[in-house]
Order: sequence, then structure tokens, then C-alpha cells
Amino acid sequence: MVEAKKGFQIVFHIAFILLSLACLLPFALLIISSITEETALIRYGYTFFPKEFSFDAYKYLLVDSTAILRGYGISIMTTVIGTVANLTLTTLLAYPLSRKDLPGRNTIAFVVFFTMLFNGGLVPSYMMWTQTFHIKNTFAALIVPNLMMGAFYVIMMRTYFTANVPDAVIEAARIDGAGEGRILLRIVLPMSIPIVATLALLVGLQYWNDWLNGLYYVNNDNLFSIQVLLYKMLMSAEFLKSSASTALPMGITLPSTGIRMAVAVLGSLPMLIVYPFFQRYFVKGIVIGAVKG
Amino acid sequence: MNTTGFKRFRKAISKYWMLYLMVAPGLCYLLINNYMPMAGLTVAFKQYNAQKGIWGSNFVGLKNFEFLFKTKDAWTITRNTLGYNALFIVFGTVLAVAVAILLNEVRSDSARKIYQTVTLIPFMISMVVVSYLVYAFLATDTGFINNSILKPLGFDAVSWYSDSKPWPVILVIVNLWKGFGYSSIIYYATLVGINREYYEAAVIDGANRLQQIRYVSLPGLKSTIITLTLLNVGRIFYSDFGLFYQVPMNQGALFDVTNTIDTYVFRGLMQTNNIGMSSAAGFYQSLVGFVLVLAANAVVRKVSPEDALY
Repeated sequence: MVEAKKGFQIVFHIAFILLSLACLLPFALLIISSITEETALIRYGYTFFPKEFSFDAYKYLLVDSTAILRGYGISIMTTVIGTVANLTLTTLLAYPLSRKDLPGRNTIAFVVFFTMLFNGGLVPSYMMWTQTFHIKNTFAALIVPNLMMGAFYVIMMRTYFTANVPDAVIEAARIDGAGEGRILLRIVLPMSIPIVATLALLVGLQYWNDWLNGLYYVNNDNLFSIQVLLYKMLMSAEFLKSSASTALPMGITLPSTGIRMAVAVLGSLPMLIVYPFFQRYFVKGIVIGAVKG
Repeated sequence: MNTTGFKRFRKAISKYWMLYLMVAPGLCYLLINNYMPMAGLTVAFKQYNAQKGIWGSNFVGLKNFEFLFKTKDAWTITRNTLGYNALFIVFGTVLAVAVAILLNEVRSDSARKIYQTVTLIPFMISMVVVSYLVYAFLATDTGFINNSILKPLGFDAVSWYSDSKPWPVILVIVNLWKGFGYSSIIYYATLVGINREYYEAAVIDGANRLQQIRYVSLPGLKSTIITLTLLNVGRIFYSDFGLFYQVPMNQGALFDVTNTIDTYVFRGLMQTNNIGMSSAAGFYQSLVGFVLVLAANAVVRKVSPEDALY
């Protein structure tokens, strides 16, 4: 019996080690390519065991390249401002919806929920943002469309509030004379750290990884986030290779493969570094918010 | 409004004004970001003219739809969108449930935490970076598969970005790879919530490991599987734009197997300037998508009412 149990455990561990390798190896290939000497990469291709190493790509990126540093700046600003704005709007909408005594609660909830069932899609949204709100080539284009709040997160947060903050606690605070703002800030939010942390991670991830708002609404170099830069670099590299003329347009130099790979590494690292700090709350936040919701 | 209704209204406002005030910014955002474009869907029935805008353009009835459904594209994008999503739902659910069950069986706490973190890494990176990874494997002259696998084994190099045949498999693999860590967390979380007494009772009844999974774990997951599948079926007319546009690098040779409604709408709007067809395809997506969510929910309400979304 004990032997059989051990045998099972070994099989499980082997399965997970294989899965983990499948998740890690592509990323390892990316990192190794970013420190492979450029000529070796062109001659032997992408490999896990390069013949020559070189850190030139990182040296170039961190010392000489203003575009990449600016891209980093744009990405960080978008992520911080966007996440704070999203969480503020989401919380302010979710808390009243969690209050069973609020008249009109069901109507408001339906207005929120309906946006998950039906939407206008890209064409009218694009026309509205560009023609009515003239958002093209502004910093707001990276923050406002689509990402600033979504019904799904509102519902997750409302579910969490309903399940974890007893009505009696709120009632007691009201009797003590606390206003709604105070109740939300001092009582409800401190009791709901897992869902706030979970949503902060999910929203932050969306903003950091977003390149679609950049693709739709921005064609000014100064506003390219790191992900948009990555997109432009890969697409133009392919374009140059497939187009008949090998001449580059004036003033444009294509970064080497190593540099592109290094940017991809740098563009992914922040989220991978931040995640462990949120992991503690992540599972709990998702369980109560999403599964029970 | 009668007087009692008005009184009740005034009383609600005076007691709850702060809560209504809190709700206002979020509702305003939804009104602008989500509801205004719904009205803008009417552009699908117009001959769009940038000078005149959505409201000023001439009404042309169903012309745009006639043009769209006469093309071969209409069938291709419908088939691809539905087909890939069906594959993603089936394989994605099976893989995520299997991983969650395995994870639940791992006894070592620290090992479980490490596996969970590592399998979530693909979820954390952007689709653009995923396209870099795929490119590192598939590039014709420098790619890992051609250089380090096919060449040493004596096979000819494959020109991956101009041969459409392998792409259905590639796209399914990429989708599973990116998503399984996250969805298995949701299933795992459900498993953790199953009362341990059920397992103990099963053991007393003589159930072995596999039987415990079969008779305790899987039934415990049923509700979550239904809910998540319902959510996915409701979105079956929508595709992950990045996966179908950026991962195959927008290569024309692959359009037959990579063009979905979302990439079609995007190309029509931003690249080929074919607003009529693009907006017709968008309207088609919104409408059929809406009908499908309602239908999916209606089915669940019949089969298992407690799992319905509304």
C-alpha cells in the first residue's frame, strides 16, 4: 500500500516536471537567444546551446536606446494609472451592488451584466473613440478604451463582498454613524484584500501586456509601449525579409535578432517578478470571486 | 409617478445618495465604452462615409450583408471561429481538469506551489511575446525546429509561415499552452473546496485512487466545468485576436486557416479599408454571439438550473 502510494507520487511528479519544462523551455530559448552572439545566431539558428555568448543586446538596450527606455516608461505609466483607475471604478460599482438594501440594485446590476452578453464590437467602438472623443495618438488611448472597467471583474468583486462581508458588520458601522465612503474604505476593503490583490494582478497584467489599443489608436513613436514596440519590430523584420527590395527606408535601422529577443525578455520580466507577491491571494481571490460567482 | 412612489424615491435618495454617487462613474464608463457602440452598430446598414460619420452616412439596407455573404470569406471566418473555439473548449477543459486533479493529488506542499507558479508563466506573457517564442521555433532559416530537429534527422526544412496545413495544430497547441495554467487554477480551487470527508468515506468503502477521482473529484468539478464551458460557449463567436493575427504574423498564405471574424473585421477596418464588409461582419458577430449566449444559458437552465448564469 505504502509502496503503491509512493509510486503514484513519482508518476505525478514526473508529469508535472514535463509540464513545467513545456512551460519554461520556450522562454529559456528566448533568453538564450537574447545572449547569443548575433552572427552565431544567424548561422546556426535559435538553439539552447549557442556557440558564442554576447551581452551586447542588453548593453545596447540599457545604455544607448532611447526608444526602448521610453517604451518602458510608457508601459509602466499605463499600467500604474490604468490599474488604479480600473480598481477604483470597479470597487465603487461593486460595493453598492453588494448591498442588498439598495433600491434599484437589480436594475443597475442588469445594466452592468448586459454588457457581457452583447457588445458593439470593434468598428463602432473605433469610430466612436476616434471621431467623437478624438483619442487617436493621445496617452488616454492606451488607458481608456476597453480596459478601464469590465463587467466580469465588477461581478467577481461584488460576489466576494457579498460572501465575505457580513451585513451585520456594515449595519453596526452605520449605527455608529459611519458614512458609506468610510464603511467602504475602513471596513469592506480591509476585509477583501484577496480579491483586490487578484484583480490588481489581472488588470495590471492586461495593461502591461496590451498592444491592441496601441495598434488601433497610436501611430506616434513617442507613445509606443514596450509591447507595441515588440509588435512593430517583429512585423517589420518579417516584412523586410519577404519584400523584394532589401533597401531600408531612410533613417530606419532594424534591430538585430538578439536585441529583439532581449526586448521580449525585458517586456515579460516585470509581470513574472511581481506575480509571486500576489500568489498568496490569487487562488483565494479567484475561488470566491469567479467560481462561486 | 404617484405621491407614495415619489416619497419612496426621495427617501431612497436621501438615505443612499452616497451609494448612487459611487455607482455613477462606472455606469458612465459602461455607457460610453459599451452602450454607445451598440447604437453605432447601425453603421452596418449604411454606406460609410468618413466625412459624414456614422449618423450622416446613407442608409443602404442589407447591401453590406449581401456583399459579405456572397464572398467565400464569410464561410471561412465562421468556420474558423467556431471550429477553433470548439477545439479550444474540448481540449482546454480536458487538459485543465486533468492538471487540476493531478495537482490535487500531489502531496508535497512546496512542490505543488512550484508547479502552480511555473504552469502560470505562459498566462503572464503577452501574445506578442508568444509570437516571438513561436517564431523562434518556426522561423524558416533560423528556427529551432528546422535547424535543430528536422535537419539533424535528415528531413527537409519546412517553410512554416507559408504552409497552412500545420497551423490548426499549432494554434491549438499555443492556445492550450498559454491558457491551461490559469484555467486549472480555477478547477484546482474547486477541488480544494471539496469536503475531505467524501474522500475518507470513499476510502472506507474501498475506493482506490482512480475510483476516488472518478466518484469524488469529477462529480465535485461538474458545476465548475458547466459554468466555465457555458462562459466559453457564450463567447464561441469571438476569437483571441492576437492568437490569430500576431502568432501567424498576418501572413496571407495562412489566411485560409487563420482568418477569424475578429481578424477579418480588423483587416477590413484598418488595412483594406472595406468598412462596409467589416461592419457587416462585426454586426453578424454581435448578433449571433448574443443569440448563442442566450441559447447556452437556456440549455444549462434545463439541464442543471443551479449552474445557469442568470
